[in-house]
Amino acid sequence: MNIENLLKRDSFIERGARSRAQALLDPGTFRELAGPFARLHSPWLAMQHLVTQADDGVVVAKGKLAGLPTVVLAIEGAFQGGSMGEIGAAKIAGALELALRDNERGIPTQAAIVFETGGVRLQEANLGLAGIAEIQSAIVALRRHRPVIGISAGTVGCYGGMSIAAGLCSYFVMTREARLGLNGPQVIEQEAGVAEFDARQRALIWGLTGGEQRTATHLADACVDDDTAAVRASVIDFFARGVPAVHRSDRAADFLACLERVDTDRQATAQDVRELYAKGLE
Amino acid sequence: MERLEYEFAAGQSALGRTVSGVVSSGDLEVLLEPATAGRTKVSVQTSVDGYGATWKALLERVFGAGDLPAARIEINDNGATPGVVRMRIEQAYEQAANNGGTP
Repeated sequence: MNIENLLKRDSFIERGARSRAQALLDPGTFRELAGPFARLHSPWLAMQHLVTQADDGVVVAKGKLAGLPTVVLAIEGAFQGGSMGEIGAAKIAGALELALRDNERGIPTQAAIVFETGGVRLQEANLGLAGIAEIQSAIVALRRHRPVIGISAGTVGCYGGMSIAAGLCSYFVMTREARLGLNGPQVIEQEAGVAEFDARQRALIWGLTGGEQRTATHLADACVDDDTAAVRASVIDFFARGVPAVHRSDRAADFLACLERVDTDRQATAQDVRELYAKGLE
Repeated sequence: MERLEYEFAAGQSALGRTVSGVVSSGDLEVLLEPATAGRTKVSVQTSVDGYGATWKALLERVFGAGDLPAARIEINDNGATPGVVRMRIEQAYEQAANNGGTP
């Protein structure tokens, strides 16, 4: 993207969760469910003397996308790192389950999830994890009827249990600023040592877990510019393709076979990983 | 974490409800809903303890004239500076007046 285009573009990353949901849906169709005035504050954060947000960091928006009934679930990465607590996770899982019920009754409601999350909210521990499990099973149930599309624009990215939810989506759209991984860089460094993974090396982190790399290694389906129109167009395009014949998660054995061939004697480069996945998955 | 409550004289009822801002570091969330004409109630939840006097001074500067539309205001603050607090409140009033409020 050159400077002129950069100045003209309408950044998706800079938008908050509510604004992202509004921008994805057709103009004038956005309707928020279980919004901030429902005042579903996290009861657990307050007990730990942390300030709560009235929507618990999750926006549930119903509307239309290219004329089709769509629910957008957008996680606010700026509130508690986009972490999934009991309420926020229940909002996402509940909305996906309602979309499933619509489909069972002949209404083809489709879902897009905007992932901006470090995973489970540690302050809510098991309740957050249980919520993430519900989200995952709801994605698997809904994707039999209509594609479930995941989006991660950055700059938080998508980590932890929610990266597994991302892996279950029918299609996954990223920007090059977004990252996708099970463990975050600091967690890997803390657990395995700085020799294994240096969490201060941004080039290494984005090289291995950024949107470009994840798209090149078949863990995401498109890497788009940080441009609202481009993100929206990509989501519409993937919905139009319909439910994929084979979901990414159905190919778990192929991915595992790739991982088994990794040479663990040295630090893998981004190129090594691309070659490995290219051999095993194409 | 500290909870604070304030009440001010106000004008007519606000036109709609709206939310501005996010509870991120150095920022705050302002929820604005119409209230009965004449009174505005502000409830604050802030991550920084011991700044009651600063909140009082700031909110008096914003609401003291008593001419803003009457509203019930909830503030969830994560260490915003007074300037940011003021802008988020003004943003909420502007949104409420412009579009009758979202969401």
